[in-house]
Amino acid sequence: MIDQETALTVAMTLTVVGLICACIRLIIGPSRADRVVSLDLITVLLVALAAQLSLLYEVAAYLDLGLAIALIGFLATVAFARYIETAPHGKSSGEEPTQPSSTLQSANVADHQSISETP
Amino acid sequence: MSESLITILLIAGGTFAAIAGIGLLRFPDVLMRMHASTKAGTLGVGLSVVSVAIYFKDDLVTTKVVLIVSFLLLTAPVAAHLIGRAAYRTRTPLWEPTVVDDQRDQSEKP
Repeated sequence: MIDQETALTVAMTLTVVGLICACIRLIIGPSRADRVVSLDLITVLLVALAAQLSLLYEVAAYLDLGLAIALIGFLATVAFARYIETAPHGKSSGEEPTQPSSTLQSANVADHQSISETP
Repeated sequence: MSESLITILLIAGGTFAAIAGIGLLRFPDVLMRMHASTKAGTLGVGLSVVSVAIYFKDDLVTTKVVLIVSFLLLTAPVAAHLIGRAAYRTRTPLWEPTVVDDQRDQSEKP
Protein backbone atom coordinates (compact mmCIF):
# COMPACT_ATOMS: atom_id res chain seq x y z
CA MET A 1 0.00 0.00 0.00
CA ILE A 2 1.36 3.38 -0.92
CA ASP A 3 2.02 6.11 1.55
CA GLN A 4 -0.60 8.77 2.16
CA GLU A 5 1.76 11.62 1.28
CA THR A 6 2.69 9.90 -1.97
CA ALA A 7 -0.99 9.52 -2.74
CA LEU A 8 -1.51 13.21 -2.03
CA THR A 9 1.33 14.15 -4.38
CA VAL A 10 -0.04 11.90 -7.11
CA ALA A 11 -3.55 13.31 -6.66
CA MET A 12 -2.33 16.90 -6.84
CA THR A 13 -0.31 16.12 -9.95
CA LEU A 14 -3.31 14.53 -11.66
CA THR A 15 -5.53 17.47 -10.72
CA VAL A 16 -3.00 19.89 -12.15
CA VAL A 17 -2.90 17.81 -15.35
CA GLY A 18 -6.65 18.28 -15.61
CA LEU A 19 -6.25 22.00 -14.95
CA ILE A 20 -3.62 22.33 -17.69
CA CYS A 21 -5.86 20.53 -20.18
CA ALA A 22 -8.73 22.86 -19.26
CA CYS A 23 -6.46 25.90 -19.72
CA ILE A 24 -5.41 24.66 -23.19
CA ARG A 25 -9.08 24.26 -24.12
CA LEU A 26 -9.72 27.76 -22.73
CA ILE A 27 -7.10 29.16 -25.10
CA ILE A 28 -7.84 27.19 -28.27
CA GLY A 29 -11.59 26.65 -27.79
CA PRO A 30 -13.23 27.46 -31.10
CA SER A 31 -16.49 28.83 -29.73
CA ARG A 32 -17.49 30.88 -26.72
CA ALA A 33 -19.37 27.96 -25.20
CA ASP A 34 -16.15 25.91 -25.17
CA ARG A 35 -14.44 28.63 -23.18
CA VAL A 36 -17.27 28.84 -20.68
CA VAL A 37 -17.24 25.07 -20.22
CA SER A 38 -13.51 25.09 -19.59
CA LEU A 39 -13.87 27.96 -17.09
CA ASP A 40 -16.50 25.90 -15.28
CA LEU A 41 -14.16 22.92 -15.10
CA ILE A 42 -11.31 25.15 -13.90
CA THR A 43 -13.34 26.45 -10.95
CA VAL A 44 -14.49 22.92 -10.07
CA LEU A 45 -10.93 21.61 -10.16
CA LEU A 46 -9.76 24.54 -8.02
CA VAL A 47 -12.13 23.31 -5.30
CA ALA A 48 -10.41 19.92 -5.45
CA LEU A 49 -7.02 21.64 -5.30
CA ALA A 50 -8.10 23.62 -2.22
CA ALA A 51 -9.15 20.38 -0.50
CA GLN A 52 -5.80 18.79 -1.33
CA LEU A 53 -4.01 21.88 -0.01
CA SER A 54 -5.84 21.51 3.30
CA LEU A 55 -4.51 17.95 3.47
CA LEU A 56 -1.00 19.08 2.53
CA TYR A 57 -0.72 21.82 5.16
CA GLU A 58 -3.11 20.14 7.64
CA VAL A 59 -5.12 23.35 7.88
CA ALA A 60 -8.87 22.81 7.66
CA ALA A 61 -9.50 26.47 6.82
CA TYR A 62 -8.63 25.83 3.18
CA LEU A 63 -12.03 24.18 2.87
CA ASP A 64 -13.64 27.61 3.28
CA LEU A 65 -11.67 28.66 0.23
CA GLY A 66 -13.13 25.73 -1.67
CA LEU A 67 -16.66 26.60 -0.59
CA ALA A 68 -16.23 30.22 -1.70
CA ILE A 69 -14.76 29.17 -5.05
CA ALA A 70 -17.68 26.80 -5.64
CA LEU A 71 -20.22 29.55 -4.88
CA ILE A 72 -18.55 32.18 -7.06
CA GLY A 73 -17.85 29.73 -9.87
CA PHE A 74 -21.50 28.82 -10.23
CA LEU A 75 -22.52 32.47 -10.42
CA ALA A 76 -19.80 33.17 -12.99
CA THR A 77 -20.92 30.24 -15.13
CA VAL A 78 -24.55 31.38 -15.06
CA ALA A 79 -23.53 34.93 -15.97
CA PHE A 80 -21.31 33.77 -18.85
CA ALA A 81 -24.06 31.49 -20.16
CA ARG A 82 -26.49 34.42 -20.17
CA TYR A 83 -23.83 36.48 -21.91
CA ILE A 84 -23.19 34.08 -24.79
CA GLU A 85 -26.93 33.67 -25.25
CA THR A 86 -27.72 37.38 -25.47
CA ALA A 87 -24.53 38.86 -26.94
CA PRO A 88 -24.49 39.98 -30.56
CA HIS A 89 -22.53 37.43 -32.56
CA GLY A 90 -19.75 39.69 -33.72
CA LYS A 91 -22.12 41.94 -35.75
CA SER A 92 -22.58 39.10 -38.22
CA SER A 93 -25.67 37.19 -37.16
CA GLY A 94 -26.63 36.77 -40.80
CA GLU A 95 -23.54 34.85 -41.82
CA GLU A 96 -22.47 33.15 -38.65
CA PRO A 97 -24.43 29.85 -38.59
CA THR A 98 -22.40 26.64 -38.94
CA GLN A 99 -19.09 28.27 -39.75
CA PRO A 100 -16.50 28.95 -37.06
CA SER A 101 -15.04 31.66 -39.26
CA SER A 102 -12.03 33.81 -38.56
CA THR A 103 -14.21 36.89 -38.06
CA LEU A 104 -16.14 35.08 -35.32
CA GLN A 105 -12.91 34.02 -33.68
CA SER A 106 -11.48 37.52 -33.72
CA ALA A 107 -14.75 38.78 -32.22
CA ASN A 108 -14.31 36.17 -29.49
CA VAL A 109 -10.83 37.42 -28.73
CA ALA A 110 -12.01 41.02 -28.61
CA ASP A 111 -14.84 40.12 -26.25
CA HIS A 112 -12.52 38.19 -24.04
CA GLN A 113 -10.15 41.12 -23.78
CA SER A 114 -12.93 43.55 -22.98
CA ILE A 115 -14.12 41.21 -20.23
CA SER A 116 -10.71 40.83 -18.68
CA GLU A 117 -10.23 44.59 -18.59
CA THR A 118 -13.24 45.21 -16.39
CA PRO A 119 -12.50 44.60 -12.73
CA MET B 1 -7.90 1.61 7.93
CA SER B 2 -8.79 5.24 7.48
CA GLU B 3 -5.37 5.94 5.98
CA SER B 4 -5.83 3.41 3.20
CA LEU B 5 -9.34 4.76 2.62
CA ILE B 6 -7.95 8.29 2.31
CA THR B 7 -5.30 7.02 -0.11
CA ILE B 8 -7.86 5.31 -2.32
CA LEU B 9 -10.18 8.33 -2.31
CA LEU B 10 -7.34 10.73 -3.14
CA ILE B 11 -6.03 8.67 -6.05
CA ALA B 12 -9.54 8.13 -7.42
CA GLY B 13 -10.38 11.83 -7.13
CA GLY B 14 -7.19 12.90 -8.88
CA THR B 15 -7.73 10.32 -11.62
CA PHE B 16 -11.26 11.55 -12.29
CA ALA B 17 -10.05 15.16 -12.34
CA ALA B 18 -7.39 14.28 -14.93
CA ILE B 19 -9.96 12.31 -16.95
CA ALA B 20 -12.26 15.34 -16.95
CA GLY B 21 -9.47 17.57 -18.25
CA ILE B 22 -8.38 15.13 -20.94
CA GLY B 23 -11.97 14.63 -22.03
CA LEU B 24 -12.46 18.37 -22.24
CA LEU B 25 -9.40 18.58 -24.45
CA ARG B 26 -10.06 15.57 -26.68
CA PHE B 27 -13.80 15.46 -27.37
CA PRO B 28 -14.91 16.98 -30.70
CA ASP B 29 -18.04 18.88 -29.67
CA VAL B 30 -19.28 21.36 -27.07
CA LEU B 31 -21.95 19.03 -25.75
CA MET B 32 -19.54 16.10 -25.48
CA ARG B 33 -17.03 18.31 -23.70
CA MET B 34 -19.73 19.28 -21.23
CA HIS B 35 -20.45 15.60 -20.71
CA ALA B 36 -16.82 15.03 -19.73
CA SER B 37 -16.32 18.10 -17.58
CA THR B 38 -19.52 18.14 -15.52
CA LYS B 39 -19.79 14.48 -14.58
CA ALA B 40 -16.18 13.40 -14.17
CA GLY B 41 -15.15 16.74 -12.69
CA THR B 42 -17.88 16.71 -10.05
CA LEU B 43 -17.11 13.12 -9.08
CA GLY B 44 -13.39 13.86 -8.76
CA VAL B 45 -13.98 16.89 -6.56
CA GLY B 46 -16.45 14.99 -4.40
CA LEU B 47 -13.99 12.15 -3.76
CA SER B 48 -11.15 14.56 -2.94
CA VAL B 49 -13.29 16.56 -0.49
CA VAL B 50 -14.64 13.44 1.23
CA SER B 51 -11.06 12.30 1.84
CA VAL B 52 -10.49 15.58 3.72
CA ALA B 53 -13.52 14.86 5.92
CA ILE B 54 -12.15 11.41 6.78
CA TYR B 55 -8.70 12.81 7.51
CA PHE B 56 -9.73 15.51 10.00
CA LYS B 57 -12.54 13.62 11.79
CA ASP B 58 -14.05 16.93 12.91
CA ASP B 59 -17.71 17.94 13.02
CA LEU B 60 -17.19 21.38 11.53
CA VAL B 61 -15.02 20.04 8.72
CA THR B 62 -17.54 17.33 7.95
CA THR B 63 -20.30 19.92 7.81
CA LYS B 64 -18.31 22.01 5.35
CA VAL B 65 -17.59 18.95 3.23
CA VAL B 66 -21.26 18.03 3.11
CA LEU B 67 -22.04 21.63 2.14
CA ILE B 68 -19.46 21.65 -0.67
CA VAL B 69 -20.55 18.28 -2.08
CA SER B 70 -24.28 19.04 -1.94
CA PHE B 71 -23.74 22.46 -3.48
CA LEU B 72 -21.67 21.01 -6.31
CA LEU B 73 -24.22 18.28 -6.95
CA LEU B 74 -27.00 20.86 -7.02
CA THR B 75 -25.35 23.45 -9.24
CA ALA B 76 -23.43 21.35 -11.78
CA PRO B 77 -26.58 20.22 -13.70
CA VAL B 78 -28.00 23.76 -13.66
CA ALA B 79 -24.80 25.27 -15.03
CA ALA B 80 -24.44 22.53 -17.66
CA HIS B 81 -28.05 23.03 -18.74
CA LEU B 82 -27.56 26.79 -19.12
CA ILE B 83 -24.35 26.42 -21.11
CA GLY B 84 -25.83 23.73 -23.32
CA ARG B 85 -28.93 25.80 -24.05
CA ALA B 86 -26.83 28.85 -24.86
CA ALA B 87 -24.51 26.82 -27.10
CA TYR B 88 -27.44 25.29 -28.96
CA ARG B 89 -29.28 28.57 -29.42
CA THR B 90 -26.20 30.34 -30.76
CA ARG B 91 -25.90 27.47 -33.26
CA THR B 92 -22.51 26.27 -32.19
CA PRO B 93 -21.62 23.65 -34.80
CA LEU B 94 -22.20 20.05 -33.76
CA TRP B 95 -19.86 17.17 -34.48
CA GLU B 96 -19.79 16.35 -38.21
CA PRO B 97 -21.10 12.72 -37.97
CA THR B 98 -24.07 13.81 -35.84
CA VAL B 99 -27.15 12.05 -37.22
CA VAL B 100 -30.17 13.09 -35.16
CA ASP B 101 -31.01 16.64 -34.08
CA ASP B 102 -34.58 16.39 -32.82
CA GLN B 103 -34.98 20.01 -31.79
CA ARG B 104 -33.93 21.41 -35.15
CA ASP B 105 -35.95 18.81 -37.09
CA GLN B 106 -39.05 19.79 -35.15
CA SER B 107 -38.59 23.52 -35.51
CA GLU B 108 -37.90 23.31 -39.25
CA LYS B 109 -40.84 21.01 -39.99
CA PRO B 110 -43.54 23.74 -39.10
